Amino acid sequence: MDDYTGYLKKSSRDAYGMAFYEQAKRDERIVAVTADVPDSVRFTKFRESWPERFFNFGIAEQNMMGAAAGLAREGKIPFVSVYAIFAALRALEQLRTDIAYPNLPVRICTTHSGISLGQAGPSHHSTEDISIMRSISNMVVIAPADGLATAMAMHAIKDYDGPVYMRLSRAVEPTVYSSIGTYQLGKANLVRAGKDIALMAYGASVGNALIAAEALAKDGIEAQVVDMAFIKPIDRAVIIEAANLTRPILTIEEQNIIGGLGSAVAEVLAEENIATKFKRLGIPDQYTLAGPYEDLQRYYKLDPEGIADEARKLIE
Amino acid sequence: MMQNSDLIDQLKARAFEYRETIIRLSNQQPFGIHLGGSLSLAEILTVLYFNIASVDPEHPGWADRDRIILSKGHGNIGLLVTLAQRGFFPLSVLEKFNQVGSMYSMHTDVKVAGIEHSTGSLGHGLSVAIGMALVGKREKKPWKVYCILGDGESMEGSVWEGLMSASHFGLSNLTAIIDRNRLSQEGTTQETMELDPLSAKGEAFGWTVLEIDGHRIEEVLQAFQADSHGKPKLIIANTIKGRGVPALENQPASHFSHLDDQQLKIALDVIQNEKNDLKSR
Repeated sequence: MDDYTGYLKKSSRDAYGMAFYEQAKRDERIVAVTADVPDSVRFTKFRESWPERFFNFGIAEQNMMGAAAGLAREGKIPFVSVYAIFAALRALEQLRTDIAYPNLPVRICTTHSGISLGQAGPSHHSTEDISIMRSISNMVVIAPADGLATAMAMHAIKDYDGPVYMRLSRAVEPTVYSSIGTYQLGKANLVRAGKDIALMAYGASVGNALIAAEALAKDGIEAQVVDMAFIKPIDRAVIIEAANLTRPILTIEEQNIIGGLGSAVAEVLAEENIATKFKRLGIPDQYTLAGPYEDLQRYYKLDPEGIADEARKLIE
Repeated sequence: MMQNSDLIDQLKARAFEYRETIIRLSNQQPFGIHLGGSLSLAEILTVLYFNIASVDPEHPGWADRDRIILSKGHGNIGLLVTLAQRGFFPLSVLEKFNQVGSMYSMHTDVKVAGIEHSTGSLGHGLSVAIGMALVGKREKKPWKVYCILGDGESMEGSVWEGLMSASHFGLSNLTAIIDRNRLSQEGTTQETMELDPLSAKGEAFGWTVLEIDGHRIEEVLQAFQADSHGKPKLIIANTIKGRGVPALENQPASHFSHLDDQQLKIALDVIQNEKNDLKSR
């Protein structure tokens, strides 16, 4: 494993660029694929080091995604990085039919996800990518919580022989991991123990849930915080355990509440015949507003204060 | 490469065999097959698989084989017949055509020996071919990449993204062939969405363009052999949808058809007459 200290307190996006570079150094099959945004997705160092392994398809994501399939067919491991919405929606059919259907080892690592490109508004917010990717067969879906978690995620998917969708933010996420842990494919990470409520989240929402848990602790509420980085395959055991201990479950995500992590957790609960207090916190089924990221998080109650409020309401 | 008359005659015989097989399948399949667009491909597929491309039916995954992607995936029945003719598998596998669980179906399936990528949704194949050609180009591989598109398919924007990028990346190892039969599923391309001037567009997108009669073996052969002058090569093959079945030639209805016994007999007679004409010359 790498020396992970460099990833500490980095944004998932910056950490991705670093971890990608390190992996590419050790595996010549790895190539970088983008559509006009190499610096934004942190391919800069890679491009300078290995220009012959770098492919910029211009502002033409469909062709980019299809060509990534062709590169994979020739034995490459393409890391396709653009803004989340343009990979998950603009190039969705190529992603699904040319990459996922033949189970090609393409890593679609998208940045600027959720509402992290705040002022850019709904045209640039990806609030459906997780629900879409969940329904794509063969696809592993992972959304690391912070910089260190991104390095862990890159390690976890390294040898996966199929397509991966990794969701990264534009912003610096609140720190969740201060020392190196591991992500295991399909396993959630318990990042805080607590008996009164389970807060299940991915991406930046994990750090916000941790901060919320500290605030709740001051009121005598002990919240368990679970990093559900792997949205697919989902860790059923951690959900069942939380619910069996009669904890209310609050899911938190920067994504439409329809079809995301909240839905995935609800599916497990229903299929396991477990009844517990439950709420999906996310973007209600509507188009997002434009505005500064932090203000939007507050508006949608995805900031620590909002999460704590929702947790209190659920426990009552 | 020499174009001797023996070679031409051999290829013509293969194309006749292809047409007969396709027409019989159209009769055998109760719901029909993608007939028109397979018949327009006869000479293109025949020349490519029997003369131009380096492929090895004994070793379908041979590393240095030429890569061929049928982007107009609904022409799969034509590709399957060609691969069977070429010896990748016996024609009898098509007894399971379109049955549940069969990998021999309406659109191409990469599980089939000789098929490089599953296609069917239009406008995808060229991009995949470009990804392959990029590897071939940058790593100086001996193999080439061929991609066969439909003209109706070329209404898809992704095709033009691909055309733009192939010349940008200097993919002289890539040849795209557009089966220009001037019909899409329910009408003429002219009425549905004007594609012309297709040659001029191809040239403007930085390709070396050759426009040919896609049913004349000699022209198809020459086009494949022609120098591409360091650019990707675009062959616009003017063809007739349903070629060989007079009642269906140039008819949108030929797109997906079942021939009854009477129609089959007429079609086979027409081919037999053409064969006789060839022999008597």
